[in-house]
Amino acid sequence: MTRVGSDPGHRTATPAALWLPASVGVAFLVLPLAALLARAPWRTLPAHLAGPVVRTALRLSLVSATAATAVSLLLGVPLAWVLARSSFRGKRLLRALVTVPLVLPPVVGGVALLLAFGRRGVIGRLLDSWFGVSLPFSTAAVVLAEAFVAMPFLVIAVEGALHGVDRRYEEAAVVLGASRWEVFRRVTLPLMAPGVAAGAMLCWARALGEFGATITFAGSYPGRTETVPIAAYLALESDVDGAVALSLVLLAVSVLVLVGLRGRWVSGAIG
Amino acid sequence: MRRPKMRRHGWGTVGLAGALLTAGCAHTGSARSETTGVAGPLTVLAAASLTESFGTLGREFEAAHPGVRVTLSFGASTTLAAQITQGAPADVFAPAAPEPMETVRKAGEIAGDTRTFARNVLAIAVPPGNPGHVTGVADLARPGLRLALCAPQVPCGAAADTVLRAAGVAAHPVTLAKDVKLVLSLVKLGEVDAGLVYRTDVRSAAGTVVGVDIPDATVAVNDYPIGVVSHAPNPVAARAFVDLVLSRTGRTVLRDAGFILP
Repeated sequence: MTRVGSDPGHRTATPAALWLPASVGVAFLVLPLAALLARAPWRTLPAHLAGPVVRTALRLSLVSATAATAVSLLLGVPLAWVLARSSFRGKRLLRALVTVPLVLPPVVGGVALLLAFGRRGVIGRLLDSWFGVSLPFSTAAVVLAEAFVAMPFLVIAVEGALHGVDRRYEEAAVVLGASRWEVFRRVTLPLMAPGVAAGAMLCWARALGEFGATITFAGSYPGRTETVPIAAYLALESDVDGAVALSLVLLAVSVLVLVGLRGRWVSGAIG
Repeated sequence: MRRPKMRRHGWGTVGLAGALLTAGCAHTGSARSETTGVAGPLTVLAAASLTESFGTLGREFEAAHPGVRVTLSFGASTTLAAQITQGAPADVFAPAAPEPMETVRKAGEIAGDTRTFARNVLAIAVPPGNPGHVTGVADLARPGLRLALCAPQVPCGAAADTVLRAAGVAAHPVTLAKDVKLVLSLVKLGEVDAGLVYRTDVRSAAGTVVGVDIPDATVAVNDYPIGVVSHAPNPVAARAFVDLVLSRTGRTVLRDAGFILP
């Protein structure tokens, strides 16, 4: 997570030589999004957004990203606690392993998931023969792909929040006779709640935008696995306006998440 | 998964092998006679189903024209058409159906005439051992059977739709793949019980998938047109490549791959 310095007293004068590349950098990042807004079919936008393709994809995306965030919270918060508080050999290796999906191309994640959880995969074979469960091409596969890519964001954010928790409160609780679980639930968890919320939000946004791992592991079928990013990608060939409309939806969500993070969590966590 | 755009650069590395291969063939195509003036890079955008045959022809072309470096980009025909109309550098376009070619032509991006150089029909591909016990199109409607089809936007998806409708089969695919080679990969991986692909794809994957013929496959025959792109950076080489595809050499390669020749 980025923490913006909030101390205005330490402002230094910007060297003139930095202004030009900095402005080019801003233009490079902003112009494509401006082009998206300029190209947007504003007049027909309501019709596009109300159309069955967008509605179906949007509903699927919201449900799957939320489920992926729930999975990430369930597994990621304990994982972050282990990384922040436990000490054991190989912890650094464990942290590196957990954060691999952050830098891994999502398509590679999708291939890996397919080889692990596919019907002939290492784990998928057992799921298939024991329970008759086959994950690929299902909405569950979408959730898995999204959680695989997005959970590290949550783990990193929560681990950072845990490092920021003043341990004296926990020690005080122990002195007062609280069990380890009670300390975690009644002291640690409330103290790190803003960090968890920020991590969950980042995780949700990443899950919502997930494309590569999803289309590789879950395929693409309307209503079942065709999320908004996949629908946007497919629409670009046959219906550019539809693709732009879908892109606008994702852009709007991204902006909302940023606003939410800055207004409520980041500055709050600093202050 | 396979990206819709699979580029293959640097045929030069296999140039020697290509030359050796060509030496063994009866090379009577026009390519040999036009060695003068054909040089530089050549970019061919072709339907995914042409991966093997155009791969061979690309090597033949480089062997016949030592100054040419052929870049082949395979993918869904509609993806390639969109790339060309958006200005992607391309010399030759060979989609798996007339419609993507029409899209590109209407955008003013095709120079001169196009020619139909091959035809293709669908077949059912199943993993070895045929776990879904698929013996014909009617089986594709069976509940619980995991079927992969091409997305309806791409030519193999449109053909699948026609074949299934003609057979009165209401199929419920688990996924709609972006191009035919992805359907084939899912069958190879055993992730689906069956996929509708081109007959040529079954032949190219012999040993890793098993083909089930569709008796009425000819209700959907895909015509493959080829043409030179009007903003082609290398129009001379482009025309020479089209000539090679239409030549006896080209026809032999395509027929061996399982295409029907016009």
